[in-house]
Amino acid sequence: MKYVIIGNGIASIGAIEGIRKVDAENEILVIGSEDSPAYGRPLISYLLAGKIGPDRLSLRPAEFYKKSNVTLKLGTTVTAIDTKARTVTTDSGESIGYENLLVATGGIPFTPPIPGADGKDVYNFTNLSHAQTLISKAREIKRAVVIGGGLIGLKAGESLFDRGVEVTILELSPRILSLAFDENAASLAGNRLAEVGLDVRCGVSAKEIQRDSAGNIKGVHLTDGDFLQTDVVVIAIGVVPDYGLAKASGIEVDRGIRVDDHMRTSAPDVYAAGDVAQARDLLYGDDRVIPIWTNAYNQGFCAGKNMAGDTVRFLGSLAMNSISFYGLPTISVGTVNPPEDDGSYRISAVLDEKKKSYRKLVFQDDHLVGYVLVGDIDMAGMYTAFVKFQMPIPEESRRQLMAGEPDVLMWPDDFFRETWNPGNHDQDS
Amino acid sequence: MKRVYPDKEYCIGCHLCELACITAHSTSQDLIIAYRDERTSSGLSPCKRVFEKGDTCVAISCRHCDEPSCVAACISGGLHKDPETGRTVYDRDKCVGCWSCLMACPYGAIRRHPIENKIVKCDLCEGRAEGPACVQACPNAALKYEER
Ligand SMILES: Cc1cc2nc3c(=O)[nH]c(=O)nc-3n(C[C@H](O)[C@H](O)[C@H](O)COP(=O)(O)OP(=O)(O)OC[C@H]3O[C@@H](n4cnc5c(N)ncnc54)[C@H](O)[C@@H]3O)c2cc1C
Ligand code: SF4
Ligand code: SF4
Repeated sequence: MKYVIIGNGIASIGAIEGIRKVDAENEILVIGSEDSPAYGRPLISYLLAGKIGPDRLSLRPAEFYKKSNVTLKLGTTVTAIDTKARTVTTDSGESIGYENLLVATGGIPFTPPIPGADGKDVYNFTNLSHAQTLISKAREIKRAVVIGGGLIGLKAGESLFDRGVEVTILELSPRILSLAFDENAASLAGNRLAEVGLDVRCGVSAKEIQRDSAGNIKGVHLTDGDFLQTDVVVIAIGVVPDYGLAKASGIEVDRGIRVDDHMRTSAPDVYAAGDVAQARDLLYGDDRVIPIWTNAYNQGFCAGKNMAGDTVRFLGSLAMNSISFYGLPTISVGTVNPPEDDGSYRISAVLDEKKKSYRKLVFQDDHLVGYVLVGDIDMAGMYTAFVKFQMPIPEESRRQLMAGEPDVLMWPDDFFRETWNPGNHDQDS
Repeated sequence: MKRVYPDKEYCIGCHLCELACITAHSTSQDLIIAYRDERTSSGLSPCKRVFEKGDTCVAISCRHCDEPSCVAACISGGLHKDPETGRTVYDRDKCVGCWSCLMACPYGAIRRHPIENKIVKCDLCEGRAEGPACVQACPNAALKYEER
């Protein structure tokens, strides 16, 4: 087989679309453990909340695979990769040869050792079957404790709450979404959750899950000495790259599968993309695992093009999050909390607690390197442009940005023309 | 593919493109009803945005990028690239209003619908025989719909 992709998530879709940009002919084989067409993984919280039905989960129309000449082998797990023989083995014992292989196996939930966590009614919330389990469970339970106040924990908590469950979210660090938010953003979002009735506790975690003699959950002992009665516990601390398969086959891994600028791993013609990969970061230049949607798609897309024979460099990952809290939208991109002792950073922040609005811009030297918006997010993409294209910002423009008025006319002339009006140089000559 | 190209040398900042866009996307197809009624009752809003700085102006909307950041960011499949027409297509029914595309599009081409939890984005006036309404309405040929 010319192209084999392990995993059927968004990185895989990106790869299919990338391959097809270059090679319209050769067949693509996608092998995925989960038995459903590729779905919007973040949508599982909308499903659990009852906001969408199962019919709205799939990412691409059914014809997509047919039109793209993709064969799907679902409900099938790859158990080994042989990088010398260039084959993969599946759990049904089948051996499949590849010319180009993409490992897009994503992440697996990270579970810290908590006494009492082994046993029934402790769940994760990262895939469709977790969501289905929680949907049926939500009918019979009254209370839930969610461990983790990051993206997945907040989504899990919110959607269980929407099902009528009393929810407490525990976050060990002093604020929710500690990486993407600062104190101001976290407190605006936290207040919104509190208003609605969701209990969020920061600076505290679960010490032990207490069970009765029959093994049923009684409650959770917290690190601050408190005890919370609960029927279920959802552990949602985050995901770790699912690189076991790659590692076992001798492919180099660090925190994730190591890839170069073309998404190639250490093995010939084997690529990696998505939550499993440790790829170049746009702002820092080093290699990191940034397990978010856009990166997974972009890495897959880049890998796909390279697999099909094109030579394209990966631009680099950019951390970005968009999450709403009961109608309060928030967006954070790039470097949000720069090191305090580094004088090259300058911060401009405007907080209006009454309006529930916040804008923080982080400049490094004469560049915008990150921002947070709460409430008024409408101009977000225009800030993203400055971060993403790393455009230098003259003093006058900086003032305009700080006033919350980003605009395309602030772009350098050449860049503006290339972007908006390419191939129209005559009038200037 | 054919795209709408804005030229700031010619744009006079009259906002007529916005009005034409609103009309073309209205139920009534009538500027006055669209602007006076539909705008408030159903949140009808233009896909274009006119920027002004001194006497320089420009009217922008979705570029229908070859490799769109909005599609990469969309968690629901609400945005995708039609390989046949090259358009970046928005499917309202799939959109869940997560604003990931609004965050990711560096061209500022996506807005929030004022009422619904959905986005507003240029569709190049799909199905309109005369082509994009903004281009047709521009009095100074600052918008060109062409293949480049
Ligand atoms: C509840 C939730 C909400 C989220 N919300 C957001 C959000 O709002 N914004 C955002 O940017 N990100 C969000 N994320 C993160 C985002 O979903 C991930 O970054 C993204 O899905 C990663 O895509 P991927 O293709 O790398 O991996 P995945 O989507 O994890 O896909 C990997 C696939 O590979 C399969 N697989 C693994 N091993 C094998 C094997 N050996 N053989 C065959 N198949 C295998 C798995 O079953 C899985 O289906 C959220 C995640 C969750 C869980
Ligand atoms: S919305 Fe933005 S990113 Fe998407 S195609 Fe249009 S201009 Fe490109
Ligand atoms: S707001 Fe809608 S179209 Fe935009 S990324 Fe979210 S689901 Fe997709």
